[in-house]
Formats: sequence, structure tokens, C-alpha cells
Amino acid sequence: MTLSTLFIAVLMGTVVSYYIGRGRSHSIAKPVGGVRNLATLPSYYATLMSLWALLPALLLVFLWLVMDGSIISGLVRSELPLEAKQLNPDSLGLLMNQIGNLAEGVGTLDALGAEYKPAVDRLIHLNSISATAMPVLVMLVMLIGMILGFRTIKADNNARYAVERVFNAVLFISSSIAVLTTFGIIFSVLFESINFFQKVPFMDFVFGTHWSPQIALRADQVGASGSFGVIPLIVGTLLISLIALTIAVPVGLMSAIYLAEYASRRVRGVIKPALEILAGIPTVVYGFFAALTVAPAIREYGDGLRDWGAENGIGWLATLNVSSESALAAGLVMGIMIIPFVSSLSDDVINAVPQSLRDGSFGLGATKSETIKKVIFPAALPGIVGGVLLAASRAIGETMIVVMAAGLAANLTVNPLEAVTTVTVQIVTLLVGDQEFDSAKTLAAFALGLFLFVITLALNIIALRVVKKYREQYD
Amino acid sequence: MAENSKQTMNDTYETTGIPLLKDSKLSVRNVDVFYGDKQAIFDVNLDIGKNQVISMIGPSGCGKSTFLRCLNRMNDTIDICNVTGEIKLEDQNIYDRSIDVVELRARVGMVFQKPNPFPKSIYENVAYGARIHGLTDNKLELDELVESSLKRCGLWKEVKERLLEPATGLSGGQQQRLCIARAIAVNPEVILMDEPCSALDPIATATVEELIHELSQNFTICIVTHSMQQAARVSQRTAYFHLGKLIEVNDTSVVFTNPKHQLTEEYITGRIG
Repeated sequence: MTLSTLFIAVLMGTVVSYYIGRGRSHSIAKPVGGVRNLATLPSYYATLMSLWALLPALLLVFLWLVMDGSIISGLVRSELPLEAKQLNPDSLGLLMNQIGNLAEGVGTLDALGAEYKPAVDRLIHLNSISATAMPVLVMLVMLIGMILGFRTIKADNNARYAVERVFNAVLFISSSIAVLTTFGIIFSVLFESINFFQKVPFMDFVFGTHWSPQIALRADQVGASGSFGVIPLIVGTLLISLIALTIAVPVGLMSAIYLAEYASRRVRGVIKPALEILAGIPTVVYGFFAALTVAPAIREYGDGLRDWGAENGIGWLATLNVSSESALAAGLVMGIMIIPFVSSLSDDVINAVPQSLRDGSFGLGATKSETIKKVIFPAALPGIVGGVLLAASRAIGETMIVVMAAGLAANLTVNPLEAVTTVTVQIVTLLVGDQEFDSAKTLAAFALGLFLFVITLALNIIALRVVKKYREQYD
Repeated sequence: MAENSKQTMNDTYETTGIPLLKDSKLSVRNVDVFYGDKQAIFDVNLDIGKNQVISMIGPSGCGKSTFLRCLNRMNDTIDICNVTGEIKLEDQNIYDRSIDVVELRARVGMVFQKPNPFPKSIYENVAYGARIHGLTDNKLELDELVESSLKRCGLWKEVKERLLEPATGLSGGQQQRLCIARAIAVNPEVILMDEPCSALDPIATATVEELIHELSQNFTICIVTHSMQQAARVSQRTAYFHLGKLIEVNDTSVVFTNPKHQLTEEYITGRIG
């Protein structure tokens, strides 16, 4: 029985127990004078019974899937010849893999030697036991659960509380999954980063102004001393994000104000969905739009300006040099991309400002724009800052547009016409392809990730403080 | 639409009592108000005397608030609302094309049902109107205006130590008096009050009523109220609205002691409402 059929069987059992539970509760309701004399509604008894059937069985499947591999390999390990038991963990892992392959019929025993035959046989045997035993045990647990659940259906037992408790627990587990995953990611990044900082000094990483992550394959290789100064990447990231935000914040905010305060219902009905389509365009599409349309256009325009400057003897213009991959192109397109974040969130918070405040301001003879500037905007500010922040973290974390339009050259510059690179782009280039996971080059990606995480976290904390301090509470 | 307007034509009625005055601040003639297709106010004719308090009473949904909001064109902010007829503020039709609604609202201030202080400091709330209309030339004058407005509302003593604290921290009654201070800081000629005490406790209500009484020496006040006792206490004239029609207007004492119209009598004796 495969896992999916087992799941279907468990679900069907759950549904069946629901109907059994409902039937049972109706039948016990009859002698006591109808459903109104039960402690709770039949649907709660039925739900409780189906939960009894479902949850223990699910838990068993889950535990089985988690534990089964390690228990079996532990048992197989005891069958190994003596010399294999004394191997170091890495070689032992390799050996266990080979045994696993043999058990699935891949390869021959010749490569390992006949002394490993018992281990392979044991593994095959244990695997087959596990495969037969699991469905049987799961169905058995489910049946026991159904019986226990059936016995809870009594006129004076209030099943509602039990059901509430189960739902409470389910909701709690769901929310902790997200939190635990976050912690898991943080720790995995943290540990790899610690490995990295054992190879590269922390100070060199944080304050270094040169980024060139190549590691020499041979001692005499030219120009391949890796250097891991993160400053050029940070500057590039901030430059591009800044350009993007200079576009997105004013445009997004003003369109939000227009939509919330000025637009008629019909205009709003057209513009709002159209703006939200922007948010649905995949970033890779924005990326090639930036690389193939915007960047060349900026370059051509820059060249035109340079020629014009040369003809008219304007010295500084004549030396203008626009790279074909520029921070400006990436930033502009990224700015367009995050407009919907700013506008849609700001629109929501502006709409949430109570009408009574608008009335009060109009009643004093304020115009629409005065009301917006002096009452609505301050009242909506915390939400607007939230939207801008979301857009900012989106800009800092954005990768695809930058990969395609801003280039890979880690120049330390604030000139938006030059090629720059960002933290995310470097993470991608460090990890793409076959990599060894113990070189400084690969581990640098984790350190960059950690750095990015710390920056966005700091940004969020600062913004939260600012918002708290300046918020004008209206409720 | 057609059906509704037919109803207006057929349902001609005459307001009982004395709706028109010789010397009026606001004069309302043949005003109809529509929300989309639905007519909310039917052919109202009413004069509001200078430095008088007039209260509008009537059962819920009778159109008294809608009528009040016509007087400073607050209904403009509602897209589907349409006002026809003529409302004159000292010989100027306020629905005239040439009228600047901003200036109108500076002359006809408004206080709302629920206190709605801006989420700013107490000082900024009172200074708001003066700032947008440029009523003061420097900080000193503004300070004086804020102080005098708060004093006139009897709020100065209570808040002078905390002028820079948020207005939302005041109690409900204080907030409502702040809203009145905010309105009179602009020095309007008329103040419209839409059930200004309905969200207040009896003590705060008494304070606000006393304030209305004092303000009536300098301002023309129109107040919508659900409380007949309040109407009797604060107003010189009382207008009774019923289903969008102005049924009866007269001196307050007459309306409450000797109503001429049957509907008015039923309302004030508690049979409808």
C-alpha cells in the first residue's frame, strides 16, 4: 500500500466516523427527548469522533516517516563487519549509501565485498516489514481511535469543549510552524556564517572595500586571491534600492491619495486593478524589460548627451560615460515594480481613516488638499510607513532585475550610471552551479544572507520605533 | 425618480406655525434633497433668526440631520446627494455657482454628533481653522486666539497645562467642547450642531448646553437633537420634521405647550418617535 492510498484510506475513515458519530448522537438523543437535551449538537459529537479517528493515525504516520529511516539504518549498522564499524562518520555514511543502493537493486555486491551481504539482506528485510507494518498499524490505531471516539458520545458529555481545544491546538501548531521555520533558517544561515568567519576575518568582511570571491585552485594562480569586502555590495544594494524608492514612494503615495480621495468610483474600478496587475508581473519579465529596453535606452540617451556636450564644449558632459548595465536602469524598473506595494497599502490605510475626521476638517472650511495634508496623511502615516518599508525590503531583497540589468561588477561607486552589483546577486552567483560547501567562496553566500537579514531587521526595528513615536492615534 | 417626484407634487403641504421671519440670518426656500433617486427632504421653507438658537426635532430618519448639512453644504461630500431650491445666508444663495464653499464653511461652522478631534494636540486642534484661513499673523496672535476660544468654551482651565498633549486623551465631554472651540476659533456667523450631546453623559451634556446658551449671544445656532428637554432648554424656536417634511415651526414654548399640528403633538407627547 503506497503512502497516498494510505492517506486516502485515513481520510475516508475520518468521513465515515463523522457520519457514524452523527448517527450515534441522534440515536442517543431519542431516549432523552431529542437533540435539545444533549449536552451539545450532534455535529460536535461527530467532529470529535472523526478527530479521534484522524489525529492519532496521522501522528503515527508522521512519526513513522520521521523515525523509520534512522531506526532501520541503526539496525543494519549492527550487522556490519567489525572493521566497517570503526570507520569515521563520513566514510560510514558513504558505506550506508552504497548498501542502500544495493538494497534497491542498483549496482552489484562485487564492489563492496561478500562480507556486506548480511547487511544488505537485513536492510531489504526490514524495509519490507516496515512497508507492510505501517498501513496495518495505522489502520489499527485509527480503529481504536474510532472506538474511543464513539464512546465519548454520551448525552451529558459536552463534546464542544474538546473540539474547541483541538482547534485551538491546530491553530497554535500552524502558527508555530512559520515561527519555527524562521528560526531554522536563521540558525542554518548563522552556523554556515560562523564557518565562513573562521576562514575570513569578520572585520575584513564588514569593512572591506573590495569584493572578488575567487579562490585560487593552484597556489601560483594569478589574480585569484579571494577578497570578501562587503562594502561595494552594500553600497550597490542601497544605491539601487534608493533609486527604486525615489520612484515608487512619491508615485505610489500620490496614486493612493488620488484613488482614495479624488477618483470617482468608476475611475477607481479601472485604475486599482490595473495597478495590481503590475504586482503580478513576474520579476524576470521586469528583468528583461530592464536589460533589453530601459538600460540600452539610458545608454543611448547618455551617449547622445555626451556627443552634444563634446560639440558644445561642455567639458563634464563630454566625459559622460554610461555603462550598458547601470544601477539607474535596474533601480528605475524596480521602482515601477514596487509602486503597487506602496499604493495599495497606502490606499487601504487612507481609506481606514474615519470619515468623521474628514467631515470635521471640511466643516472648518478646509479644502480637500488641506484636509489630506493636515489630517488624513498624519493619521495614516504609520500605515504608509509600513507600506514603504515593505517596498524597501522588497527592493533590497530583489534579485532578478538586478542580475539582468545592473551587472555583476562589484564597483564601489555611487554613480547611478555605472554597473554595480548587490548582495542578492552575489549570493546567486556564488551558489549557482556545482559548488564545494567548505570553501570560503560558497560559505560567503551565507554570510551575505545573514548580513542582509540583519540589515532588513534593523530597518524594520527603526521604522517601528519611528512610527510609534510619531503616530497620531485616531481611535 | 419619476414616481418620487410625482409624490412630491401630490403631497403638497403647508408648514404650521411661523416658518418665516422678517429679520433672518439664513432663509431656506423650497429646498428638496435627493439621495440618488430617493427624496429625503420635501419642499422646506424656513427662516433662521440672527443670534437665535433653533432646534430641529423629529423621529429618526426624518431628515433633520440632512437638512442641517445643507446649510453649510456638507452634503457636497456625498456624491449621490443633490440639493435643489434656495438657501440664502444674508441675501447670498449659498448654492450659487460663484460661492466658495471653503469660505461658506468658515462662516457656517459645524459640530458633529460624535466628538471628532483631529489626532493632534489640543492646541493644534483649535489652531487648525485659523491656520488654514490665515486668521492670525504670528504665533502670539494664534496663542491668544486659542486661549480665548478655549476660554469661551470653559475648557481653558481644564487644559491649559496640557495644550500640547493629544486631544484624543480628553474625556468625551471635553472633546466635544474642544470641537466647539475649534469651530468658534474660525469666528463663524452660524454654528450647526448635529446632536452634539448624544454621545455625552448628563453632566457633560449640561456643560455643553450652558455653553450653547452663552454662545447664542454672538452666534446663530442650529441644533439637531433627539432630546425634547434639550430643545426646550436651549432654543428659542423649534422646528419639527416628519418624514422629510417640515411640519411645524414656532417659538419653543408654543411648540411644547400648545402644538398646532397633530403630528407634532403626537411626537412631543411620546406617541411617535
